Amino acid sequence: MTDRTPSGTESIGGGATLFDSTLSAHAPEVSAAKATRFGTWYVAEYYLRTMRRYGDVLLADAVGSPLMYILAMGIGLGSLLTGNQTLFDGVPYLVFIAPALLVSSAVQGATSESTFPVMDGFKWHRIYQGPLVTPISPRQIAQGQMLAIVIRLLIQSSLFMVIVALFGAVHLPAGLLAIPIAALAGMAMGLPIMAYSATIREEKGQFSIIMRFIFMPLFLFSGTFYPLTNLPIFLQWIGWISPIWHGTELSRWAMYGHAVGGWQALIHLAVLLVLIAVGFVLTRRHFVSRLGGTK
Amino acid sequence: MPHITPSLTSAPTRTGGVVTARGLTKRYGDFTAVDGIDFEVAPGESFGFLGPNGAGKSTTMSMIGGVLTRTGGELNVMGLDPDREGPRVRAHLGVVPQQDNLDEEIKVRDNLYVYGRYFGLKRAYLKPKIDELLDFAQLTDKAGERVDALSGGMKRRLTIARSLVNDPQILLLDEPTTGLDPQARHILWDRLFRLKEQGTTLLVTTHFMDEAEQLCDRLIVVDHGRIMAEGSPSELIRDYSTREVLEVRFGSDANAAAAQTLKGLGERQEILADRILIYAGDGEAALAQVLARGLTPVASLVRRSSLEDVFLHLTGRSLVD
Ligand SMILES: Nc1ncnc2c1ncn2[C@@H]1O[C@H](COP(=O)(O)OP(=O)(O)OP(=O)(O)O)[C@@H](O)[C@H]1O
Ligand SMILES: [Mg+2]
Repeated sequence: MTDRTPSGTESIGGGATLFDSTLSAHAPEVSAAKATRFGTWYVAEYYLRTMRRYGDVLLADAVGSPLMYILAMGIGLGSLLTGNQTLFDGVPYLVFIAPALLVSSAVQGATSESTFPVMDGFKWHRIYQGPLVTPISPRQIAQGQMLAIVIRLLIQSSLFMVIVALFGAVHLPAGLLAIPIAALAGMAMGLPIMAYSATIREEKGQFSIIMRFIFMPLFLFSGTFYPLTNLPIFLQWIGWISPIWHGTELSRWAMYGHAVGGWQALIHLAVLLVLIAVGFVLTRRHFVSRLGGTK
Repeated sequence: MPHITPSLTSAPTRTGGVVTARGLTKRYGDFTAVDGIDFEVAPGESFGFLGPNGAGKSTTMSMIGGVLTRTGGELNVMGLDPDREGPRVRAHLGVVPQQDNLDEEIKVRDNLYVYGRYFGLKRAYLKPKIDELLDFAQLTDKAGERVDALSGGMKRRLTIARSLVNDPQILLLDEPTTGLDPQARHILWDRLFRLKEQGTTLLVTTHFMDEAEQLCDRLIVVDHGRIMAEGSPSELIRDYSTREVLEVRFGSDANAAAAQTLKGLGERQEILADRILIYAGDGEAALAQVLARGLTPVASLVRRSSLEDVFLHLTGRSLVD
């Protein structure tokens, strides 16, 4: 009854190498120790690997669309001005909007990374279930995905900076500081959204609502194309709560010396950091509770 | 082979089993999915959970890996408590989940690589290891394809290959061959048997009795989160069934009437909608008695008892319906 070596199967396929193998994995204790220390990075590594597949699309999206704004608005609008005439801050219009486009593009990238991929992890392809049965913890799954987004933002902002530099629209090297600033602004928007995404059981268009009714207004009313103070006061509050505005103020300061007082700079930074901290804690909490498990 | 480094944080409370459960319980609100089960799996043993849909098999597997926290009872895996030391427990495990969760959009080979990285395994080890695993799963010629280009059976094989990337000492297989064709199932059973020969402990859930009979040294029959019986396949059949079974069909209208006439025949009977099972040491003799009582079945079959019969006896229900 229990004929344990079904006859005739050997001729069907190979598969013998595994059993003759001299390869052996390191001990489980080593796996556990390494995963405990570097697990977040292992998860990030996975995400970077998947992002690399869309490399061209991501690049087109991250650099191509701001480039269009640069050409259309910066150069097109800028050409309306004659001689030494400037619109804002006494700098060419391109110089004025480049920092805002850098930040907006990072915020947009972070927003899209914080929506659909999270749903893919929990539900659509149950991606999170893979690492969940390895020494990786739910907390590291959350952290790894966040880390990958940070890295993506740094890369895309660097590429963007190269383009802006080619147009001569940034003061270097101080302007380089705008790269981490853009990443901060991106995460300040992305992490709270990610925390929200982690609570969604069913995607019924919430993500496109986020794009249309959160990202777009913030993009348009954050002092992107003209200073926030040009808006009537009843619209300015949109900028005050917007990571795009806070990030843009800081990156304008870094990229061309836009006047930002020390305490103002601190407030901008503090707003971004608080949003990041809240988003980080909530995202982690939602991942841990939804992925069950112990930590 | 597998040696255990004593944990610093929890004193190892090993009782000889690599997995030991005492009163293991999982509740979802008022509903009890796993209802206080006890079992112990010895090193190198192949241990089965046989039960119908909703019996609590997958829930038990998830608790063993610390992926799901238990509601009550004790659980010990390699001397560790999965709820408190999930990552350390899972470092010993290879897990084949009931539902494949491969990354469909990356290549077959990359799926194995990424997974190996979660165990902190290095590229120098993983590259040749992945070749071996692909060979094992007979997917060598698919190595460079995206997973969504594979058939269901190929994906299953890849999931199984993936679970072996860390040379696990304990393999948790949740319905490993569901969706495979008969030939692929036999190959897989053979591969699993060879892993067992090399000392890997196997924990297998299934609702296929032939799989349980092929793979398991010992198994528990579970239903509604409770253990109905425990033993080796042959012990279970000996204890809960007869050597042979006579199946007779009279057509669905005549079934009930025939059952009346057959009362008392054999050691035990099961009257199903479409047939009557008569449990007897000698099936042919039982058939002769059926004919002697003046009944002519439309069809009859004498076969050896299986775990299906054990399950039917224990629960009054069929395993797969
Ligand atoms: N998250 C959950 N919330 C509520 N009930 C659940 C949850 N997960 C599982 N259950 C219930 O627990 C019971 C056991 O489920 P489990 O998946 O362990 O069964 P199983 O034996 O693996 O069945 P199958 O053969 O269908 O895979 C089922 O009745 C199921 O509905
Ligand atoms: Mg199941």
